[in-house]
Amino acid sequence: MRPGFLAKNPSVIWFLLILAIFTLVITLLSHAYGPGVISTSMVKTLGKTLCLCLIAIAMDLVWGYTGILSLGHFAFFGLGGYMIGMWLMYERTRDIVLKSASDFPMTPHELQDAIGSQIFGVVGSSKLPAIWHFAGSLPMQLLFVVLVPGLLALVFGWLAFRSRVAGVYLSILTQAMTLALSLYLFQNESGLRGNNGLSGLQNIPGLSADQDHSSVWFLWASACALALGYVLAAAIVSGKFGSVMRGIRDDEARVRFLGYPVEGFKLFVFTLTAVIAAIAGALYYPQAGIINPGEMAPIASIYLAVWVAIGGRGRLYGAVMGAFFVSIVSSWFTGGRVPDVPLGFYTIKWVDWWQVLLGLSFVLVTLLAPKGLSGLVELIAGLRPPRRGGAPLGPDAGSLQEEEARE
Amino acid sequence: MRKVLMTLGLFLMLALPGVAQERSSQTVPATAGQAAEPTTALAAVLAENVKKIAKPSRRTIGPVIDEIAASGPGASRFLQAWADRRVGLRKSDDTLFIIAEQGQDYALSDPVTGAPADTAPRREISEVKPNSGVRAVIGSALVRFLLSDPDPAKRREALTAIERDGEASHLAPLRASIAQEPDAQIKAGKQRLERLLTIRFGKDAGERVAAIDSFGSDTGLDLRATLNPLVATTRRAFEGEPQGNIAKTLRPARELSEADAYALLVAANMAPKRISEAAMKQALAANVVDGKVGGLPLADMSDPAKRALAYSALAKAGTVTPRLSETEAQALIDAHSYADIYAEPDATVTKSAEAGLARVSRKVAMMQSVDLGLDGLSLASIYFLAAIGLAITFGIMGVINMAHGEFITMGAYTGYVVQQFVPDYTASILIALPLAFAITFGAGVAMERLVIRYLYKRPLETLLATFGISIALQQLFKNIFGTQARPLTSPPWLEGALQINDIVSISYIRIAIFVLALVFLTLYLWVMKRTRLGLEVRAVTQNPSMAASMGINPDRINMLAFGFGSGIAGIAGVAIGLFAKVTSEMGQDYIVQSFMTVVVGGVGSIFGTLAGATLIGGLQKGIEFLNPSNTLAAQTYMILFIIIFIQFRPRGIVALKGRAAGD
Amino acid sequence: MITRRNLMISAAFAGAASMTGSIAIAEGDKIKVGVLHSLSGTMAISETTLKDTVLMLIEEQNKKGGINGKMLEAVVVDPASDWPLFAEKARELISVDKVDVIFGCWTSVSRKSVLPVLEELDGLLFYPVQYEGEESSRNVFYTGAAPNQQAIPAVDYFLDELGVEKFALLGTDYVYPRTTNNILDAYLKSKGIAESDIFVNYTPFGQSDWSKIVSDVKALGADGKKVGVISTINGDANIGFYKELAASGISADDIPVVAFSVGEEELSGLGEADLKNLVGQLAAWNYFESADTPENAAFIKQWHAYTGDDTRVTNDPMEATYIGFNMWVNAVTQVGSTDIDKVIAAMPGQEFPNLTGTTAKMLPNHHLTKPVLIGEIMEDGQFDIISQTDPVPGDAWTDFLPESAVLKSDWPGLDCGMYNIETKTCVQKKSNY
Repeated sequence: MRPGFLAKNPSVIWFLLILAIFTLVITLLSHAYGPGVISTSMVKTLGKTLCLCLIAIAMDLVWGYTGILSLGHFAFFGLGGYMIGMWLMYERTRDIVLKSASDFPMTPHELQDAIGSQIFGVVGSSKLPAIWHFAGSLPMQLLFVVLVPGLLALVFGWLAFRSRVAGVYLSILTQAMTLALSLYLFQNESGLRGNNGLSGLQNIPGLSADQDHSSVWFLWASACALALGYVLAAAIVSGKFGSVMRGIRDDEARVRFLGYPVEGFKLFVFTLTAVIAAIAGALYYPQAGIINPGEMAPIASIYLAVWVAIGGRGRLYGAVMGAFFVSIVSSWFTGGRVPDVPLGFYTIKWVDWWQVLLGLSFVLVTLLAPKGLSGLVELIAGLRPPRRGGAPLGPDAGSLQEEEARE
Repeated sequence: MRKVLMTLGLFLMLALPGVAQERSSQTVPATAGQAAEPTTALAAVLAENVKKIAKPSRRTIGPVIDEIAASGPGASRFLQAWADRRVGLRKSDDTLFIIAEQGQDYALSDPVTGAPADTAPRREISEVKPNSGVRAVIGSALVRFLLSDPDPAKRREALTAIERDGEASHLAPLRASIAQEPDAQIKAGKQRLERLLTIRFGKDAGERVAAIDSFGSDTGLDLRATLNPLVATTRRAFEGEPQGNIAKTLRPARELSEADAYALLVAANMAPKRISEAAMKQALAANVVDGKVGGLPLADMSDPAKRALAYSALAKAGTVTPRLSETEAQALIDAHSYADIYAEPDATVTKSAEAGLARVSRKVAMMQSVDLGLDGLSLASIYFLAAIGLAITFGIMGVINMAHGEFITMGAYTGYVVQQFVPDYTASILIALPLAFAITFGAGVAMERLVIRYLYKRPLETLLATFGISIALQQLFKNIFGTQARPLTSPPWLEGALQINDIVSISYIRIAIFVLALVFLTLYLWVMKRTRLGLEVRAVTQNPSMAASMGINPDRINMLAFGFGSGIAGIAGVAIGLFAKVTSEMGQDYIVQSFMTVVVGGVGSIFGTLAGATLIGGLQKGIEFLNPSNTLAAQTYMILFIIIFIQFRPRGIVALKGRAAGD
Repeated sequence: MITRRNLMISAAFAGAASMTGSIAIAEGDKIKVGVLHSLSGTMAISETTLKDTVLMLIEEQNKKGGINGKMLEAVVVDPASDWPLFAEKARELISVDKVDVIFGCWTSVSRKSVLPVLEELDGLLFYPVQYEGEESSRNVFYTGAAPNQQAIPAVDYFLDELGVEKFALLGTDYVYPRTTNNILDAYLKSKGIAESDIFVNYTPFGQSDWSKIVSDVKALGADGKKVGVISTINGDANIGFYKELAASGISADDIPVVAFSVGEEELSGLGEADLKNLVGQLAAWNYFESADTPENAAFIKQWHAYTGDDTRVTNDPMEATYIGFNMWVNAVTQVGSTDIDKVIAAMPGQEFPNLTGTTAKMLPNHHLTKPVLIGEIMEDGQFDIISQTDPVPGDAWTDFLPESAVLKSDWPGLDCGMYNIETKTCVQKKSNY
């Protein structure tokens, strides 16, 4: 990497610094390592939020920089969660089975059956499906976290980009993929416990620490993953590769005429971001404790796009800010601790109204503040706000306008 | 728009009258009634069985009903009253009465003579509620009384009772009643039932075979329901040659797996039960001596082969029952014969029944595919109706409107609100349809003016903004109408189904939706091809600046077109609400499917949308047919198919060519 | 409507405050009751009612002077029909709000999501919905029906009273129907019903196109056996199903349908015209609004007064909440503290009159005894109770599946919810999730 990387991207240093301070402060205030000002559930929420920030970065890469509005990245996120969840569930159940077994030794087959009926008894079956073959091996499942979503993205992306499906068609197609995947997982026949999904994931087998401690460790793991993801993403977008990505976003045809293999670039970005999303998911679900197909419903992926939009697309820190802000605010509003607003004739209860507020804020952000929250940062940092206006840079609908792109 | 909705909702809340559920708790002093003396046979039976009659159970009530039916005069009246839940038990003295509501009280009449006896307050009487099983038994007992009843409705009732639970004893009275039946329709019904009963209970094989043959290739469900039990078989094992009316002999390892054959032997006590792995494990675990089992160390027992060894060692020592070896089991299997045996002993009847079923099976299969086709067509018309608005807003204007589903919901709620004010269902639907159009048209225009027109250049951001509107609207619906589903009732003339025969039927409401879809297809074509608005819309979508320079105001056209598309969504909402549910989330069920319908069909062409809807609807029903136990799988595979389809025809079924394609 | 209710709540709280103000009770002296029901998302349709029920019961209890002189305070959170959020909110309730008890959850998956948190932090949950069984946690009291208190008696009714010989098990594709149908499948086979006479179909949540399934069911009658439908179809999908059923002209006498998830609430989504065609179809519950007892009349009156809406119906999970809440109040009163361990120990053996005229008793396996009621749908959307059994003890582990027939739950006696009576070991002390 050329020495110019950090200098060219001052935001990276700032970001890492803020992230480090944030994680440290949380740790020192947590139950496990401090006075307990911040509850364990808050630590978990924050840890999960960092994972969401990571997938938001992935989304920003694929949408904000490459212009592919994928409504399928939460599917990859969920798949990552499922892959790690299988191991967590299998190991935990194996421990239970072994502990409760009588002195008479079990055959491997009996052990499998006992684990199977423990895991699947809940959904009314007792056989361990074939896809659980490697569930007992952590390295294999970790490999699958990357491999399964990666391959799915590769195949899907290859098919879609090869047939030049682009723009809103691609969005709808990715949405269909997510829907198909979540419907598939909803079925009991998929072998992943249908609607119930995998649960009890917060108990890490072989780890004796309590949730107070393990939640902080997961916070650190998530923070590290986010830091790595951010640096990787910054490195990609700041180089030549990034220029091509932006080129594709603004005028795909021109980039193609210049001789770049546009499909290859798109496929690479699509697959890479799918893998990042899967890693984020694999870190997220052990903190959430349960994963089920409902998590992968198309609406989740739309929300993801909305976070990036609210944060400001085309800026990595914007994506992070958007994800962080929206998920913290929604957690606050659903907590029931927001005071009601009495209007005299009608009392606004936020439980009833915050979704309305959220929906309207999407509209307002899209209409009035296309740069989202990151616009604020630029204001504070004294960056000259590029004006939106001028002629479009390319003929593609959605390409940046001349003035806006002057970064 | 929010305000409008809120006011609408508030209006609704004020207008909804609190319909209090009436619960009569008023008591009127009881006047002592005269209990009838048990003078007739009926009265004796009733007096003896008060408890059983008051709390009847199908399993035990049969003899009582038979006794009542045989008890002469008044039996029919009492049984009818009993079946119609018009019998009550006076709590004070445990006597039965035939009761009729009279204001807050019950008018009592004597169960035997039917003479008015008394009145009693409701508290005093516990209504006797025979369940539907008991009612069927009563109905069956009533048959002989009602078959020649002067009231045609009663005679039909008797026929229904025979249809449901025909008995051998019905045959004679049924035959006797045919001759003097005045009503032609009922007569035909009686004759058909007589033949069906003859098949089941006819006195000799010849009569029964003749009855079977008389039906030809009739596809009636009742005929199949009569024939199928005749050809029902049980699978059994025999020592020596199979006995009885054999349907099919089975050879082990060919028509019958050896495991199944052995299971049959075990079931017939012809072979010992095999010792299962679990039982073996238990026996082994019970015989652990000094950490050893059957001479082998306990630790080895995780190996199945070692377990077998240990077990046979134990068996040799006589501590456990020995396991059957494979060869022994095989010998037992080979020593017996196996066959499917008809429950019906008469071979000529079963042969004729098999032939009768074979005759109809082809026709039945054909009818079933026709029925499936109708289901598919109906689903297609629903998808088409839901998607036709999108075909305008997305297909022609290129606007991704994620709130399209909420416009559907809005239409359905409009229908619901109208029904609160206009109680007549026909009138309310006639009002609701245009009103739904008007409201969603307004909502669409408002949305276009306030949001979408700023985003025409940025389709992806339209998606986000309209998604925001979608979730805001959904929550707003919940705040106004609550989370429960709301009733939207179809007018009486749309109730029921068009029964072409026992297999092919389609409900009228689905036919209405189909017709509505056709109407909108025509309307769309007419507006687009024959009106000035259509011309201008086409001009604006093809080249806005050129259109503008020809004196067309693109803003106005976009607004109107968007409103038109949204309005159709509103009407679709009323239709969908009529056949399914009305909830704040109903739109969500259709939004993804609608987009896919448009994309698969080919953007910009209404016939494409039509083709897309037909493909999706037909496909879904087809997959459901192949996998009837899992409708979810059908949806999954359908979407998968669409994804793959789009890879190969990215522009959809009807792909626009040239400039209109937008490339 | 909403305003009025709020006024009433605030008035109630104001009254409570002025009453207790003189005794000067500190903030910490309140008993906190967590309410963990979805107020938004797909499950809000069912769960908001239960939230209101708990709030009503708390208000009522505070009018009586609270428990042991301490006022109750509700902490309402919204898990928004998002299952992981249930776990998060439960953790928040227990560790941040320090609630003494939680009333909540509806779907099994939400309960499974909360279970690990409850067992880790030693919380207490009252779960008020009929469920598939196969579970017994030390920290949960199941006040809804287990399969043997709803499904099995209903099937018995089909077999004995209606003479059904062929069964169509229709359900929404999730864990409750799956497990229930599995149990029923085993049970029916034990009653001599052949495999080929059991038709099973699963549909997605919110299914609206029922034409094919209804005609499939109709076609089952072709072999001359009486067909009955056992429906575990969930929530608003029922509306489309019943509309299709009504349109196809199938009467309850031809093909009876017994539903386990259709109550007064679901029927209110159907109009009169459709209800007219459904008269006689069945539902099996432990409570119907039409139950004719003074307790029930008082409860309905209180509910109407609380919601300010005379058309709001009551339903089975509300009764389960009512029983659970009152048993908890009695247990806390009895041990004189809200200490979780003491309350859990005091719960088994608690008795409280239910709303249908008998007494509910908490069993050592943390389930209730409940009478099984079978009702026929009437034209007004209510149920006519045609059969009522004596209270049946809830069975955590079904006897009809081989894996769970050997399991038993007995917290006071064995201190185990998953005890294998064959190997005589406790399979696991924590529950299976």
